[in-house]
Amino acid sequence: MHWGTMISTTVGALLTLAVFSFLYKDNPFYKFAEHLMVGVSAGYWVVILYYTVFVPNVVGKLQAGQWYYLIPAVLGLLMWARLTRKWSWVSRYPLAFYLGIATGVAIPLEMKAKIIEQLNGSVDLVTQMYSAQAGWATVVNNILILIGVISGLIYFFFSKAHTGATGGVAKLGIGILMIGFGASFGFTVMARVSLLIERLQFLLFDWLHWY
Amino acid sequence: MALWDKMFAIDRRWVYLALGLSVLISLKIPFSIPVPVSKEARNIYNFVDTLKAGDAVHLAIDYDPSTLAELHPMTLSILKQCFEKKIKVVITALHQNGPGMAAEAIDTAVARHLARTGEKKINGVDYVFLGYKPYPSLIILGMGQNYRIPFPTDYYNVPLDSLPMMKKIQNYNNVKAILNISGTSATDYWITYGNGRYRVPLAIGVTGVMATDYYPYWQTGQIFGILGGLKGAAEYETLVGTPGKAVDGMKVQMVAHLIIIVFILVGNIGYFAERKRRGQETL
Repeated sequence: MHWGTMISTTVGALLTLAVFSFLYKDNPFYKFAEHLMVGVSAGYWVVILYYTVFVPNVVGKLQAGQWYYLIPAVLGLLMWARLTRKWSWVSRYPLAFYLGIATGVAIPLEMKAKIIEQLNGSVDLVTQMYSAQAGWATVVNNILILIGVISGLIYFFFSKAHTGATGGVAKLGIGILMIGFGASFGFTVMARVSLLIERLQFLLFDWLHWY
Repeated sequence: MALWDKMFAIDRRWVYLALGLSVLISLKIPFSIPVPVSKEARNIYNFVDTLKAGDAVHLAIDYDPSTLAELHPMTLSILKQCFEKKIKVVITALHQNGPGMAAEAIDTAVARHLARTGEKKINGVDYVFLGYKPYPSLIILGMGQNYRIPFPTDYYNVPLDSLPMMKKIQNYNNVKAILNISGTSATDYWITYGNGRYRVPLAIGVTGVMATDYYPYWQTGQIFGILGGLKGAAEYETLVGTPGKAVDGMKVQMVAHLIIIVFILVGNIGYFAERKRRGQETL
């Protein structure tokens, strides 16, 4: 193994062990590794932003004679006015400009992708059941999803007391939600164990070469 | 102290130790478990498999090293399949801590392909790595008009117009699909702005924590496939015929999950026994 790789792997392994040491109890090794990671990430981010945004979009454009790029550059500089109490109001102008654009772009597309398409999907469940190709499995599956959607929504409908039939459906809704949370929890456990597996693979195989 | 009281008072560090040892031991014991392939994973594989040589896909590597364990095997498997099928790949990394790691993944895939087939994949000809730009939503919208708007040059500062592969690729109309491997909310942006605005076919590979959030989009057809966590990665490794770290990790997952289930059972038995005892005391 190249000595450079060996050193970087050993540093990575020692930092991994320092982070794992928190499982026993908080200690200076863990604190060091934690602060190092936050610091390195922030530093890396600053460098990446400088070279991928500031250099091409400000320096490069101005050097190419595209002076109108000074407008967004000045708006960006005005953001820094927030750091002074006297001039902080100035930062509201670029912020308002940014929020205006972001809202205008986001609202119609978010509505379409996350509400209208989802509503369409729920309605399609019904039309699918009546199609000639729908097998019994599709019909049962779609009915289950529809029951889940309706009862889940009724659980969050507070304009009517959750008593009688409404209470029963709401109770079914909370059951459906719990199944959803259970699936999320299962996936989350798998994700966390995956991280542990990868770190142990790194320690055992990449660092110690203990095959 | 009763047995149930002891169970209830168990130090959490014993749980960590048991889990750590179970993972360590099962990593060292050579055995394997079958990895059944889901429809969501097979859809992605079939889609890429039916593309012709010379077609292009967009691979969005939107994660950082913190989720590398689950997502890197997906990226490497998809790159392997694309390289073998001679499919051109446009690659972006819209996570600020991701471009260096994405570049390393591409190098690894290129080196493995060279070792396997003797064929060298060339940047600008077989794939293009555009790198990182902030504000994913705006970048995704910009690329929909023309890749050159947010990325006049690639990651290595080479102008896109000088890259042979990019001569025929202007925007999403020239790629067959977007394959988004993500550990962040970038997936939401791809659904809203990529698929929602430009109707480009989209498939996703996400961390286990995120997977259940995106199944509603699979049901509506907004995405045509999902790879969820290490299981999804293992499924794709199985499909491309190169079992790697993800497939190896599934046997460990099984043992670790058994240990966790045992602890959950013990905790619950202890809880109900304690509740029963308290109920009797009240009587």
